[in-house]
Amino acid sequence: MSPDPYLLAGAALFAIGLRGLLAHRNLLRCLLAINVMGSGVFLVFIAIGARGPLPDPVPQAMVLTGIVVSVCATGLGLALAERLQELTGRAELGEDDP
Amino acid sequence: MRRHISSVVAFVVFAVLAWGVTAEWTEPGGLVSEARASLDRAGARNPVTAVLLSYRGYDTLLEVGVLLLAIASVWSLRRVPSTEPHGAERPLLGALLELILPLVVVAGGYLLWIGSDLPGGAFQGGALIAGGLVLARLRGAYEPRDGVWLRLGLVAGLLVFVGVAAGTLAAGGRLLEYPEGRASSLILLIEGAAVVSIALTLGAMYLGGRPDRGSDEP
Repeated sequence: MSPDPYLLAGAALFAIGLRGLLAHRNLLRCLLAINVMGSGVFLVFIAIGARGPLPDPVPQAMVLTGIVVSVCATGLGLALAERLQELTGRAELGEDDP
Repeated sequence: MRRHISSVVAFVVFAVLAWGVTAEWTEPGGLVSEARASLDRAGARNPVTAVLLSYRGYDTLLEVGVLLLAIASVWSLRRVPSTEPHGAERPLLGALLELILPLVVVAGGYLLWIGSDLPGGAFQGGALIAGGLVLARLRGAYEPRDGVWLRLGLVAGLLVFVGVAAGTLAAGGRLLEYPEGRASSLILLIEGAAVVSIALTLGAMYLGGRPDRGSDEP
């Protein structure tokens, strides 16, 4: 199975997440967009590891580590957003909308 | 305006990435053969577990440290006062939990145990049990309290991992160089402590802040 569609899908996920991160002001949506970007990166890693006849365990282990770290980062980001909500009443970035 | 610019930027990024990932790869395979050749010395038959806890054990040690760092950061941000158990509002969830929670615990333990031979391991089992803890919290059946036991559980994974690492150094080898024949037992020891820490950390992170102290604490 050629991994090319998965590599392109990973790249597309990263770009879609990036677009969401840049376009939204609501912090929850930004956190979701970052998670989508992370999923894109993980997909590229796994697809790279699937090139040879046997699957490469090293990228898979790196993705497992990456998933755990991204869960921790998301949890911390959510706590930060909640704290911002407590302090300012809104969980959004900035006030200007060019 | 901002949305249009972001769409253009994202498309440019996608074009660059697509050009990059579809390049001609010269050496497919990476470290597959080397990784699979030393599995019996690594202490695990599952190559991913061998990479995680043997070849790249140091990375996993730091990853367990990241978990502790994350929960410490979340706790330093907010306090979450304890609420009265509100499980009476969710009878269906209670009925579901009576069926599911024992299965979750067994499945999590199974994932931990089977990780040496098949896909699984401490993180998978810990995450599953954390899901069970979140469900129990929704029902009001699990109220984490900031006390000695919770803190001990949160640090247990890192403590045991660092202890094993220090032991390998003290025994004269390099960092996390398991002694001959002891690799699989040490991996199970590390994973056993890690699964407790992972489940408690992820379950506590769902709270979003530091809970109240238990009633037995001053």
